[in-house]
Amino acid sequence: MSYFRAENLSLHFGGLKAVDAVSFAVEKGEILSIIGPNGAGKSSIFNLISRIYPPTSGKIFFEDQDITQEPAYDIAKLGIARTFQNIELFENATVLSNLLVGRHRHSTTRLWQELLFLPSVRAGEKAHRRRVEQVIEFLDLEPYRDKLISGLPYGVRKVIELARALCSEPKLILLDEPSSGLNVEETDDMSFWIRDMKSELGITVLMVEHDMTLVNRVSDRVIALNYGRVLAMGSPSEVQHHPDVVAAYLGA
Amino acid sequence: MRFLFKTDYEDDIKLFPHSGYIYSYGLLLAVLLIAPYVLSSYLMSQLVFVCIYATVGVGLLILTGFTGQASLGHAAFLAIGAYTAAYLQQFNVPFPVYFLAAGLLTGVVGALVGFPALRLQGIYLVIATISFAFIVEEILARWESVTNGNEGMRVKTMQLGTTVSRDGPTFYYLCLAVLVLTIVGTLNLLRSPTGRAFVAIRDSETAARSMGINVALYKVKSFAISAAITGFAGVLFAHKLSFISPEMFTLQLSIEFIIVILIGGTFSLHGAVLGAIFLVMIDPFLTYLKDDMPGVIGGMAATLGAGTERAGHIQDAVAAFASANGLKGAIYGIIIVLFVLFEPLGLYGRWLKIKLFFQLFPLYKRATFKRQKIYVKSERNR
Repeated sequence: MSYFRAENLSLHFGGLKAVDAVSFAVEKGEILSIIGPNGAGKSSIFNLISRIYPPTSGKIFFEDQDITQEPAYDIAKLGIARTFQNIELFENATVLSNLLVGRHRHSTTRLWQELLFLPSVRAGEKAHRRRVEQVIEFLDLEPYRDKLISGLPYGVRKVIELARALCSEPKLILLDEPSSGLNVEETDDMSFWIRDMKSELGITVLMVEHDMTLVNRVSDRVIALNYGRVLAMGSPSEVQHHPDVVAAYLGA
Repeated sequence: MRFLFKTDYEDDIKLFPHSGYIYSYGLLLAVLLIAPYVLSSYLMSQLVFVCIYATVGVGLLILTGFTGQASLGHAAFLAIGAYTAAYLQQFNVPFPVYFLAAGLLTGVVGALVGFPALRLQGIYLVIATISFAFIVEEILARWESVTNGNEGMRVKTMQLGTTVSRDGPTFYYLCLAVLVLTIVGTLNLLRSPTGRAFVAIRDSETAARSMGINVALYKVKSFAISAAITGFAGVLFAHKLSFISPEMFTLQLSIEFIIVILIGGTFSLHGAVLGAIFLVMIDPFLTYLKDDMPGVIGGMAATLGAGTERAGHIQDAVAAFASANGLKGAIYGIIIVLFVLFEPLGLYGRWLKIKLFFQLFPLYKRATFKRQKIYVKSERNR
């Protein structure tokens, strides 16, 4: 059985089929990219997986467990973290507290303990902080710890969002256009981090991306979508040269 | 300027970032402790109201400032706390018991209000909480067997070992202790996972959800905690006034609570205290406006060469204006508008600006507190 599996996943908005009977599987430890023209349904698939939208039909399995009906907040608890295309950070909080929110799924303290800030809460906070510092080091975010998000440039925010997802220690991470809005150098860094996430942290990566250089560099396999349907699936070069994909991008 | 050199994770957790805070808050506490022996009884009474309003302010800050859920119904929570105390007193329940019971009951009611609020955002939530407040007001007026209806209820003097007069120093110390404990508890909450979850919900519900935060549960928690704190304050409020009736807990009182946090500053607990001081001081200002202002203006007109009759007219006009009905409401409205327009960070924000000005002198830039451009957020995912 595959690590993560989508079976006949569909999302219809009235007559519009944003995602139309899409099936794919992700193997443990691989980097799978989803490409496709604008409006192909890539981000919709992510929103289905993280349960922001309920699917019209189809099923989603993670570690052989049906997660189609799990509430959105439980998805993170299962070990699936995500980033957003348009950056959804907590603007009026510091970088540190943003990252600590990423630790939320690991917190075990109860409300009354927190009101009194018992030693258990204090110890928990330090343990969370230690993990957060590891992520900060991994992504070179040291200069920004105490800065407010609202004062940071776009490129840094993008990395912080990735950091927040990593802080939850996910098994599977969903990256929604990790390189959009980044310059060449920042995109380079991003591709290194994505590969390190796989090799050093052992995280399985599912990503939506437009930048073909990045896709070619990091992906083990690629899925091409158009109009909510799978056009092609396979290695980066196979998919890129598939006639349907060429037609979808260039017009036929 | 002081540079903090952090060597331990503890440095980011502790309540006082450096020793300077301990000295200044210690001094403040010392001043507050000797206040009853120095200040006049009128000022002491005002100080008690500051403590009560600040406690409510902290409660409201948790909900509105940190969780981002507006409420115009906090007068109702105060009323529930106050009436629970007055009702239980009839059965000779001791103070600690009915104090806790009032907080608990208000917290439960707050959670119940939180459930329908889960589906509401912004202005609709405000309307829902106003309706809740009206419902409570109406229940208090109609449920005569328990609340004594519009006749109101007398609140007996507090018995805590001895008799605690509502004007004595013991009552003041009690109010101060409740405020301090509320603040410390809230600060503890804000540096724990729950507090961070509140802030996360305020800034992006979608992101909060995808980070594993059960948004509905935490909104209800926030409502419950905020209401419970307000309920505790309600007990003290009832004792301070020694008489409560439904028309004391109107929409205007809820608006006063909003003023407390809006004027103090919605981003820090300091705001609740500063806002409470400001609000409580409006009353003596209004009294001054009513009693002394007409005479002062009339006298000024006379000195500036107006005839006796003319000066008399001016004095009458000012007096009529100062004692006009609804002047208080109008002043509240003007204050809110002015603060929202010119000082959105409130009094505490102003204090921070002044502090930074002196710390950085002469390098202070006005743009430091300007909000940076906010990047597009996906509204469709709400």
